[in-house]
Amino acid sequence: MDLSFSPEHEEFRRQVRAWLKVNVPKRDPDESLADYSDPKRIQRLKAWQRKLDDAGYLAMGWPKEYGGQGADLMRQTIVNQEFVLARAPQQIGMMGILMVGPTLIQFGTDEQKRRFLPKILSAEEIWCQGYSEPGAGSDLASLKTRADLVGDEFIVNGQKVWTSNAQFADWMFCLVRTDPEAPKHRGISYLLIDMKTPGISLRPLIQMTGDAGFNEVFFDDVRVPRRNLVGELNQGWLVANATLAHERNMLGSTTRTQLMFNGVLRLAQTRERYGTLASADPVVRQRLADLMIRVEAMKYHSLRQLTDALKQRPLGIGASVNKLVSTELNHDIAALALEVMGNYAPLARKSAHVIDRGIWPYEFMFTLGLVIGGGTSQIQKNIISERGLGMPRGS
Amino acid sequence: MDFGLSEEQEHLQRSAREFLERECPATFVRTVMSDPEGFPRGLYRQMAELGWAGLVIPELYGGLGLTLLDLALLMEEMGRAVLPGPFFSSTLATLALLQGAGTAQKKEWLPRLAAGDAVASLAWIEANDRLDADGISVRARKVRGGYRLSGTKMFVTDAHVADVLVVACRTGKGEEGVTLLLLPGDTPGVIIRPLQSIDQTRRPMEVELRDIELPPSAVVGGEGKGWKVLARVLDAACVALAADSLGGAQKSLEMAVEYAKVREQFGRPIGSFQAVKHMAAEVVSEVEPARSLVWYAAYACDAVPREASRAAAMAKARLSDVYSRTTNRAVQIHGGIGFTWEHDMHLWFKRAKWNEFAFGDATYHRERLARLARF
Repeated sequence: MDLSFSPEHEEFRRQVRAWLKVNVPKRDPDESLADYSDPKRIQRLKAWQRKLDDAGYLAMGWPKEYGGQGADLMRQTIVNQEFVLARAPQQIGMMGILMVGPTLIQFGTDEQKRRFLPKILSAEEIWCQGYSEPGAGSDLASLKTRADLVGDEFIVNGQKVWTSNAQFADWMFCLVRTDPEAPKHRGISYLLIDMKTPGISLRPLIQMTGDAGFNEVFFDDVRVPRRNLVGELNQGWLVANATLAHERNMLGSTTRTQLMFNGVLRLAQTRERYGTLASADPVVRQRLADLMIRVEAMKYHSLRQLTDALKQRPLGIGASVNKLVSTELNHDIAALALEVMGNYAPLARKSAHVIDRGIWPYEFMFTLGLVIGGGTSQIQKNIISERGLGMPRGS
Repeated sequence: MDFGLSEEQEHLQRSAREFLERECPATFVRTVMSDPEGFPRGLYRQMAELGWAGLVIPELYGGLGLTLLDLALLMEEMGRAVLPGPFFSSTLATLALLQGAGTAQKKEWLPRLAAGDAVASLAWIEANDRLDADGISVRARKVRGGYRLSGTKMFVTDAHVADVLVVACRTGKGEEGVTLLLLPGDTPGVIIRPLQSIDQTRRPMEVELRDIELPPSAVVGGEGKGWKVLARVLDAACVALAADSLGGAQKSLEMAVEYAKVREQFGRPIGSFQAVKHMAAEVVSEVEPARSLVWYAAYACDAVPREASRAAAMAKARLSDVYSRTTNRAVQIHGGIGFTWEHDMHLWFKRAKWNEFAFGDATYHRERLARLARF
């Protein structure tokens, strides 16, 4: 056990920090993180991504031959952590960099790699994910959007839902049913679809936060060339799952949780609640301490997983709890913030007398979305108990 | 950066588990539970031969000179095995001696403690059940030739088998008025009355001290320096006990999961019902991060002194909650059989309650954390 970083990595951290200090743009405090309705904001975020690429902080984990940084896990972790600490803008091409890029590197043809990877990095092409459907949420493998192979083309018909950023994405990586007769996991393929193809239409969905991030995407006889199939026909489930394992951003996400906890602590230390300072109230102190303990536990838990990864040990049952624990923890932190604020809690962003520009009720809603998205807490518990503990599957 | 165990530490833990599974199965624990003394001397000697009694004692005094993290790993296995006997009591008193004792005291006691020839215990809590310095009211009056001691200490585990007690006494006001005295167990005037705990793996005692005279050489760490010593020992105690809880929680989870895989109702294993498997998953989601927290707290006590108290408070608070909740779920997953004396589940269920309150419960340590973190 030794929690110090090597001098070489410390030096790298100093470099990252110095670069961020000079380069992180000042944020408009009223800007909502998930709101992309302003095209100028999209242009700014694309420019930010190109800047990261030039500076050598984009696609840290991608091999160098594909334009990534080929950085070791430690450097990837340091970059994640420092970017969160500096409150740097998010990467608009995140779906490309974290999801479809690694998938293409692992399963793509040489032509696919040449065609798509450079434009993922340069933010010339933004990607969205076409997984969920109205009838396929937690039971994703029951998806029904069909792709029938006719000659050299797939003809796609069906509907996707909860598609973030489809309104400005150039491409979609999409799971489609290519064999309706096969068992549900074995009849799915992974397709790359140009969003400008005729037959695609969108309907925006407004989230409970008021942000227009989600969409429904409809496919009506959409023609997709066969060369846009990734991996083998009907092997899409395997392809999609292989890349889910790529994401190892734990320390970044626990750092974000830490910042959120610091925020609620500051709030409690400055707000009066029923006539006394909130942080002097014994019940609030208990709740704050409990959250702090859970936040710290996740911090050390992520260090433990990072260590296992550095030693190339398999992910244990410990890693299976990350999504469940951290999303619920974030939501609990936001919930306490609201309690501290009392009648001021529900005041929205632009209201008179709003506290902290309405960030807390926003976070309270936003973080509940994260509890659901990417596999609900209930699905996470199934995974932990069935895969982690070997408990029998339900009938 | 390495947040993990060394090969030696993994070996220590593995061999401890094997040893305790062989030498201290639940059937053995039960025989000790029903024994009036509750001290498995043969087992304790074997443990001492493995070096456990002297794990944290420097090699100079016959120990292994290992760290608190090593102790925590061992305690985790002991919690897993619901090990009865005075190991924990004696280790805490040993830590007090390591922190405060002079060379003569160390020479007299540490080799015997390391060899398992003697056991010790720490007498600090009183009837007021306070955990701060002001709770210590047993007076050590200065008299010619030393101190005269009168009063009653409570919840002194294993005092009845202790060769020596480290007693926290009042010699003045406030934290600077607490003094630790070394008191041989067979001193006339030491009257020990057993208390009965629902957790029969622990033996708390009421210790009455009736006009006992002790020489100045009995002072550990200097007059008025007792709280300083004690504070560090209590941090270590919290971490060690949290580790015991971690091991017990892990074992309880495993027992419940195994049972849920084989017990059938409505024509299928109850472990296939989401109501049951989600209970188990929730336990995992608490136990796994808690393990990281315990490791860190032990490491902080070893290597990051300025964070030791905070980390120890966090570990004790969290594991107090998690162990009790885990055994509650584990008993429920077992259903009716889990409520019987015959099934072993109640051993862990009761130990969880002892661990929850000893050295401060979750509420106490959360408030302590709030102060340390300056909320």
